[in-house]
Amino acid sequence: MVDPLIFSLMTTRYTVLAIKMKKGSPYIDRIFKYVAIGAATYVLAIIAMIVFNLVSGSAQVWQQEGISFLTGSDWNSVEGRESYGAAPYIMGTIVNAGIAMLIAVPLSFGIAMFLSELSPKLLRTPLAMIIELLAAVPSVVYGLWGLLVFRTYIKDWIEVPLHDVFGDQSIIFAGTPFGLDILTASIVLAIMIIPTIASISREIMLAVPNSQREAAYMLGATKWEAFRLAVLPYSKSGLIGATILGLGRAVGETMAVTMLIGNATGAAAIPSSLFQPGQTMASIMANEFAEASQGGLHLAALVGIGLILFIMAFGINVVAHLLVARVVKSHEGAVLA
Amino acid sequence: MITPEQRAEFRKHFRYNVGRRLVLDKIVKGIVFLCVIVAIVPLIAILVNVFSNGGAALSWDFITQVPGAVGSDEPGGIGPAIQGTLVLIGLSSLIGVPIGVMGGIFLSEYGTNRFGRTVRFFNDVLAEFPTIVIGVFAFVLIVLTVGNFSVWAGSFALSIVMLPIIMRTTEESLKLVPITYREAGYALGIRRYRVVFTIVLSSARNGLVTGILLAVARIAGETAPLVFTILGSSQFISDLNGPVDALPLRIWRLSSLPYDSAVTQGWGAAFILIIMVLSINIGVRYLFLRNKEKTFLKFKKMGAV
Repeated sequence: MVDPLIFSLMTTRYTVLAIKMKKGSPYIDRIFKYVAIGAATYVLAIIAMIVFNLVSGSAQVWQQEGISFLTGSDWNSVEGRESYGAAPYIMGTIVNAGIAMLIAVPLSFGIAMFLSELSPKLLRTPLAMIIELLAAVPSVVYGLWGLLVFRTYIKDWIEVPLHDVFGDQSIIFAGTPFGLDILTASIVLAIMIIPTIASISREIMLAVPNSQREAAYMLGATKWEAFRLAVLPYSKSGLIGATILGLGRAVGETMAVTMLIGNATGAAAIPSSLFQPGQTMASIMANEFAEASQGGLHLAALVGIGLILFIMAFGINVVAHLLVARVVKSHEGAVLA
Repeated sequence: MITPEQRAEFRKHFRYNVGRRLVLDKIVKGIVFLCVIVAIVPLIAILVNVFSNGGAALSWDFITQVPGAVGSDEPGGIGPAIQGTLVLIGLSSLIGVPIGVMGGIFLSEYGTNRFGRTVRFFNDVLAEFPTIVIGVFAFVLIVLTVGNFSVWAGSFALSIVMLPIIMRTTEESLKLVPITYREAGYALGIRRYRVVFTIVLSSARNGLVTGILLAVARIAGETAPLVFTILGSSQFISDLNGPVDALPLRIWRLSSLPYDSAVTQGWGAAFILIIMVLSINIGVRYLFLRNKEKTFLKFKKMGAV
């Protein structure tokens, strides 16, 4: 039995506290809710404004060039002879991101499989942490490394031997190996997106219930068979989502690619050989932006390329999120970081 | 009856079958291990190169001085770039953090309806947007309208980059707070906003701080949005409406110069940037892990575990 005096003291204390907490206008909860709704609406407003501004900023070039802005390959910013076609850069983006994905996806799945299935316990956490930290390294640092270090290695060890063996007759290995070309940019891009794809795939593979694996082991499956029969079917859609998310990153990646791709313009930028300078949508924006005069057609063309890139990335991300969200729903922010 | 011949036959098939499967298993394991090596080597090489080359460039002057004239014997330093990056982080956090946290509160406390799902989805999509598109957007919206490159335009662009990250982490960490905490507050008659601010937010403090710091680490290394909005400069900031320098931008400019001193400076700037980003990331993980353990111990004392 509590002493009545202490009891009354306690109750008054909490009553006072409760009254204090209740202070303020009765509308304050509603105001709070509207502020929160406002903050959430801000995100939608930003996306709507991005679309609106990109469209209005590039209206000039769409009027001037029409559909040939998408299909043409001329790129001339000389006053009086201005002509803009974004086709080479669209192709460049697709080729560059495609090669990077070809390299990065198998390697990332390998890493994810190693981390979730094969790795000894001792290695698992540090390796996963290193990979997550590498996803945080800024892209301009990858670009600097590619430009100053990696470029010479790739020129001497890969490009020159390949060129010597196949010669100029082969289409994809034609051209003088110089180091600043589509191949270098794609490989560095692959290195950059490996941490992203690998850490998401790892989360997805870890989300597969152990009972699935145990069922396979019980039937006498080897590690690989357990992976193929139990883990893969279970995590398939998540892995596809992770891949598409990586593709989204690869398409929008700017700085490292700008520093390494060699920056061709116009028809010369249509990708044909691996050893040829190219250009992507993101890199031409970063490169030519400083030269474009305000209010001119050149600037409108660059904003127009931004609009195309936006539509591309938006589509890729929507598909990726529809796929991934189903699997890693709130699995400690796997899709995040 | 199984004859000894048949038994030998079975045994042969069994050995053949199992042997083949074991060999395949070994091959796959080898390939996977090779994947790890092939992918890890360049990643480690980047860190080693940046640390060894960048460490050599460091000096007090390098961190505090303004850059020298291009190609001159006086390389100068990257002081304005460091200052600019810090100012940009501060201003964009000023815009991005309140909106992001409020948005996260909305998603976790009121976001179970259709509108909430829509916002959550577009927020996720915005988090993966190419940042250069956000740069172009800030350029068209602010720089073209106002007429000059400015710190504000850069901060606005960076705040859009950090907003979805903060919103998402806030939502996730608020959802981890047990519903009973909220109910205890309501039972005392506390208003909803007070429940959110005093009970829920303070219980979810660690998650909030983690999200904000990760967002800061992310924008510290962003280059693409800055190319369009702050232009770069070789002087310390005098005016928030004027151009400014930032570390990633400075690295990019230095990398395109053909001088040895520029290369050394580029490595030095990359070193400082990477130290900033990685120390935030590692610090956050350490903080988070340690606190998780603490709550775990607390629960253990209460007899919950």
